[in-house]
Parts: sequence; structure tokens; C-alpha cells
Amino acid sequence: MINDIKLRSAFAAAILGIMTGVLFTGSASASGDAVKLAKQEWSFKGIFGTFDRGALKRGYQIYAEVCAGCHSLDFVAYRNLQEIGLDEDTVKEIAAEFEVEDGPNDEGEMFMRPARPSDRFVAPFANEKAARASNNGAFPPDLSLMAKARKGGPDYLYGLLIRYHEEAPDGHEIAEGMNYNEVFPGHQIAMAQPLYDETVEYEDGTPATMQQHAKDITTFLTWTASPEMEARKKLGIKVLLFLLVWTGMLIALKKKIWAKLH
Amino acid sequence: MTDQASNETATAEESASRRDFLQIATYTVGAVGAGMAVWPIVDSINPPADVLALASSEIDISAIEVGQSVTVIWRGRPVFVRHRTDGEIEESRAVQLESLPDPEKDEDRTQKPEWLIMVGVCTHLGCIPGGQRETDPKGEFGGWFCPCHGSHYDSSGRIRKGPAPTNLVVPPYEFLDDTTVKIG
Amino acid sequence: MKLVNKVVLPVLDWVDYRLPVFSYARKNLIDFPEPKNLNYWWNFGSLAGIVLMIMIITGFFLAINYTPHTDYAFASVEHLMRDVNYGWLLRFMHANGGSMFFILVYIHMFRGLYYGSYKAPRELLWIIGVAIYLAMMGTAFMGYVLPWGQMSYWGATVITSLFSAVPLIGDTIVTWLWGGFVIDNNTLTRFFVGHYLLPFVILGLVVVHLWALHHHSSNNPLGVEIKTPGDTIPFHPYYTIKDMLGLSVFLIFYLGFVFFAPDFFGEPDNYIEANPLVTPPHIVPEWYFLPFYAILRSIDNKLLGVIAMFAGVCILFALPWMDRCRVRSAKFRPIYRQFFWIFVANCLLLGYIGAQAAVEPFVTIGRISTAYYFAHFLIICPLICKFERPIEPPESISAGVLEAEKGA
Repeated sequence: MINDIKLRSAFAAAILGIMTGVLFTGSASASGDAVKLAKQEWSFKGIFGTFDRGALKRGYQIYAEVCAGCHSLDFVAYRNLQEIGLDEDTVKEIAAEFEVEDGPNDEGEMFMRPARPSDRFVAPFANEKAARASNNGAFPPDLSLMAKARKGGPDYLYGLLIRYHEEAPDGHEIAEGMNYNEVFPGHQIAMAQPLYDETVEYEDGTPATMQQHAKDITTFLTWTASPEMEARKKLGIKVLLFLLVWTGMLIALKKKIWAKLH
Repeated sequence: MTDQASNETATAEESASRRDFLQIATYTVGAVGAGMAVWPIVDSINPPADVLALASSEIDISAIEVGQSVTVIWRGRPVFVRHRTDGEIEESRAVQLESLPDPEKDEDRTQKPEWLIMVGVCTHLGCIPGGQRETDPKGEFGGWFCPCHGSHYDSSGRIRKGPAPTNLVVPPYEFLDDTTVKIG
Repeated sequence: MKLVNKVVLPVLDWVDYRLPVFSYARKNLIDFPEPKNLNYWWNFGSLAGIVLMIMIITGFFLAINYTPHTDYAFASVEHLMRDVNYGWLLRFMHANGGSMFFILVYIHMFRGLYYGSYKAPRELLWIIGVAIYLAMMGTAFMGYVLPWGQMSYWGATVITSLFSAVPLIGDTIVTWLWGGFVIDNNTLTRFFVGHYLLPFVILGLVVVHLWALHHHSSNNPLGVEIKTPGDTIPFHPYYTIKDMLGLSVFLIFYLGFVFFAPDFFGEPDNYIEANPLVTPPHIVPEWYFLPFYAILRSIDNKLLGVIAMFAGVCILFALPWMDRCRVRSAKFRPIYRQFFWIFVANCLLLGYIGAQAAVEPFVTIGRISTAYYFAHFLIICPLICKFERPIEPPESISAGVLEAEKGA
């Protein structure tokens, strides 16, 4: 009888768990045009995932050479680049290429000075209106958190970057100045295709295909959105192992203590 | 009968001591886990990464003329950087140590004699002494003078007269090259 | 040992004589007689209490680094995630802890529904519990606004705008709540203060909840009251160790999310800073509000929808009087038991509907589901009582346990 109860309770819990799980995963595809995103292989997926340092460095290069002209990276500081493997002097050089406003000086005036590693990435435009003015009214969003700010995350970013079409397919009208993209909701995106084969030349000799570029920039942007990921997963494994061991001990102790009752 | 009884007590005792061990072990492991969980909480109020990034400042000293003083900010405080004249250096080195409230040789307060770098905060109660500008009162010893309670510092930043107990603090610094000093 | 006997014990006695903290702790935490047949569904109360502690502690250390101003709030959360030592851990524990708190409390409440824990003499215990639930909802609502993401802003706009449905004074109420003509800095600062304060109200309610609980002791799976000391076992060591085991298993579940799927319960849109000029295509509240959101949307009239939503929570207060059947536990109520599971399924369905866009067939399903939700309390529970022939429960807990052992 007792075993039966335990079994039934466990069964009930499992059913509830599965139902809630199904509800959760099924809940968001309410929009009629839900795009099926192809799942990619990422070095950072899974509980043992890490960021491929080569991809991060190449991804940074793409950001600097292709994206930074329009997209800011407001929450990343130049000193953070040391985490992807650039050394202190390189980081100082990179920062010094940009200027930030400082002051006021003793004359009471604001002035420009070269950026330091402790400064955050300098934005390409002074404010949103300036950005829109330079981009036909469209606003290139900040990219620091983009990998977490879109449903599908890295798979979405990758898909978006490689699934542009030259011509909109039949039945899809797109407005003047817009571009057709399979993955972007509504299929019309203001940003022109940013990546082609050999858009950027890689110093480490990796073949510079469009897909490789897309992979690398996506890895980089996943890092900018979740710089704590590797530390988080490492600590998580330690904590979960500890808890598994402790649970085992508690099961044994509980059984021992309750055995007294019978 | 007695054998059975004594066997039973023996196993009861055995299982009691096994349970005690398991009990102690389980509670110890739990306590260790709880202890380890405390560290992230405590560490979270240590200085965060962006504050630590400002822990050192690099200063370009090439524009500071002989006899000129410049004030820079380091870790939120003013730092006096003075390009001393030969006269000031000689004067500082000639002072008798016994006459100093906080005896310290000038040679021990500078890495290069012409560059005096000190935290510009009076060691009495924390005001900023005057003397960086030519027009400021420099006190009776040709250095710096704190207007709050009248502490006089000499041309090596040492306390000579007044309530301040110790000389102006020399922060850790290094010359990266002839024109750049890294403080902190 | 000598030190303990000569120094420590006398000191404890001196204190206890003047303020009986130690004898009180012994009576309520160590010697307290609990039914000996409690199953694991009885773990969830203590788990909820522990999660409340975790939320208060992580919340405190988050608040140290958070800036409650619209210009800085979003950036201060990113500062926590990137620069503050273990800031990401505090943030993910707090965000996921909120979801965990609701999971635990929902299971705790469903346990109450199944085993009749809301029936005499525990009606007030149940009511205090519903009050705790309401306070949790208020806390969670205000807390979600603080990161100042798109969902924070727009979720708050939608829900606070509901009060404009109140006749005559609706718009005045909303302007008063907002402290302005739109949700802005004034709203954020008052929500920060409210979010900091309410958990301590919850704490107070929990103390009263436990006080009420200890007056008649816990219910049990048989629904039969304690008759003799033979029906009980002391809380320590039996339930202390069982609660610790439950805690350990729960922590695996909870920290599994914190470390490996920290954004599972969240919305990607909340990683975009609030923009009053851009409305997200799908405004969704946090998952634990979805059933009530579904109830709200299923009624076309704005005012009636709001009333229905609040009624959905408040009907819980009336439950002890909706179901006065003599037999407590669903174990002995075969008809009620079926309807209980249907009710659970209906709640899950309501939650699912709450997340969908307001189109067919979800709208119609939502309406039926809402009607069923209220029907369960207002019609089904009283009717079952009239027509059900329950199985006769055992004479006592001990008798029930003996029967169970014989059958095993």
C-alpha cells in the first residue's frame, strides 16, 4: 500500500512535470509565421561548454571592422578584451584609437582624450537620433546583449546573418530600401547583408567564408552577452556534484533514522 | 537466549555508532557546503571589477616644467606631482632628521629626486593642503600648508609644524619610461 | 563538557527564565508532535520558507548594487552581472528563486486542496496562506519592473492600466499609482521601496501562519486528526532530516536552473532596455501570473475582466466554506479526487492560454477554462459534498498506518 502511494505520487509528479514542460516550450510560438531555426554546433553549449578563443578573437575582429560603424557595444569595456586572449598592451592600443569626452578642465571646458582600457566601448553615434539620421531612420541596436535579447539566441543571430536573399521571393513585397531576410520576423530588415565570403581577412588563416564569419561574430556576441558563462558552468558542476553527494548521504541518514519506527 | 540478546545489543550498538558517524559526516558536509555558500555573498561587496580597473592611473609628466606642480586624481583622491628645483632638493636633503616630528629621509620619499609624488590629503583630518599653485600659501617651510588646522609641510612633504602626525603619504608608483608614471 | 554544564547551560537557563526562547524552540522545533504518516508533499512548506530566506538575502546584496532610477536601473543590473564579484550568481539566484518560490507554493497549495488542509479547524491557516500568496504576487510584480527592461515597463503598464476600469475614479487611481501620466521614474522608485518592504510583510504573515499551524498541528494524508501521542513522532529528528533531504533535492533542481539554464523562466525582451515608444509584439507576464492573465483576457468587458481576475485569487479565501464535507482527505473521496485532477489540468491549461496571443481558438478555450475554474469552487465542490459517498477513513492515524503496513 505504501509503495503504491509512493509510486502514484511519483507518477503524478512526473505527469505534472511533463505537462508543464510541454506548456512552457509550446507557449511562445503564437505568431503565425514562426520560423524554424536550424540548431548549430556551438563550442559554448552544454554544461561543459566553453568559448573557443580563436572564434572570439576573429569575432571581435569582425565586430571592429564590420559592425562597429553602426552598432554600439555599450556594456563592454576595452579591458574586458583581455578575457578573450588579447594582451594588456594590445588592449591599450585598441582603446587609444578612440576618443572619449572628459572634463571639465581648469578652464571649465570639456575636452576629448584617448580612451583607456577602463573605458567602455565608444559608440559610433552620439545618440539615437544621430544614429537614425545616418541610417535612413532605422536604429542599429546596441549589440552587447543581442544574443540574449532575441528568441533563439545564437541560432537566431547566425540564421539572420546567413539567410539574406538578393530578391524577395514571390508573394513577399518589401519596401524601398529594405532587405529580404528569411529569419527576421516580418522578413523585411533595414540592415543590408553585412557578411559575405572574405568580408574580413583572418590572421590565423581560418577560411574566411560567410558562414565562418557568422559563426565567429555570433560566438563573440554570445560572450559579450554572457561573459560569466564559463565561470558559471564550472561552479555549477562543482555545486551539483556536491549536492549529489550530500543527497546520497541524506538518503542514507534519513532511512537510518526512520528505521527506528518499525 | 543470552547469545541472541547480546548479539542484538551488539548490532544495535554497532548500528548506533554507524549512524553517529553518518550523522556527523552528513551534518559536517552540510555545514561545509553552507560555509562555502557564504563566500560569494561576502565577496560581492568587495570592490567590483570596474573600480579595480581604476586602481592605477598612468600620468604623462612630460609637460610638467621644473618648479611646477600638478594635481591628478588617483582612486578618487588628489595626488600632488611636483617637478622639484635643485634648490628644493638640496633644502630637503639638508634637514636634520631629529627636528622632524615624523623622521624620514628625503631620499626615502622619492625614486628620482626631482619628482615628488604624494597623496594630497592632510594626515591630520583629511583636508587638501594648499601649495600646488604659486599663489597658494606654502607655510613656513616652503612646501604645503593646510588651512583647516594649520599643518605645515616642507619641500619633501614632511610635517614640520602643526597637528598632523605623519608626513604626506607617498603612494606606490613606478616610472614606465621618462615621460610616464604609473601610480598604484 | 564541564564548560557547557558549568557556564553555558546556566546562562541559557537565565535567559530562558526571562524570555523563554530556548524552551520555545525545544517545544516547537524539536519535541513538537507531528503526525507520523506525513508524505513528501508535506516538505513544500519548509522549502518555501527557506526560499523566502534566500530571496531576502540575495535581494539585500543585489539592492546594494542596484540604482532605482530609470536612467541607471538597466545599466546597474548589467554592472551587477559583469563587474560585481559573483553579481551574476546573486542575480540568477534571485530571478530563478522567484520562480521557485511560486512553484513550491503552488504545490503546497495543491497539497492543501487534495488533503483538505483548509477545513476546520485550519480555515484561518488557509486564509493566512492565501494572504501570503497575494503578498507574493505583489512583491513579484513590483520586482519584475526593477530591471527596467521592455517587459518590465510594458507588463507594468498593462497591469496598472487595469485600474482605470474602476468606474468614476479609475483614471485618478492610475495616475496616483504611477505618480505621473505614464510609468516613469516616480513609479520605479516606489516599486523599489514596495518590493523591499513586502517580503517582510510576508515574513510576518509566515510567523502567524506557523503559529496557526502549531495550534492544531499539521494535517496528514489520512485527514484524520491526532487522537493519541501514539499517532505522533517528534519533529526532530524525523522531520528535520526529511526536510533536509527535501532541501537537498530541491537545491539540485533550483541550482540546475541557476547555473545551466538561468534564462529559462525569463523573456528575451527583458534584455532590451525599456522604451516607452516601442511596444513589444507579445506582452507576457511572468509564468506564475499566466492563469490569472488568461482569466482577465477571457472577459470582454474591461471592468468585469479585472473583477474576474481578482475574484480568481479571492475565491480561494472562500474555499473552506465551499467544501464542508466531513471527510478531509481526497484519499477517501473518490469523486472529489477525479475533480481535483481535472482542476489541476484546468489550471495548467489556463496558464498555457495566458501565454498565447488573444486569437482563436485560444480565446474560446480560455473562456471555457475560466468558467470551469470558478465552477470548481462555486458549484462542483459543494455538489460533490452532497452526492459523494466517501470511503470511511480509519479511526486514527495509528490504525491507518497499521492497515497500510498490513497491506504492503
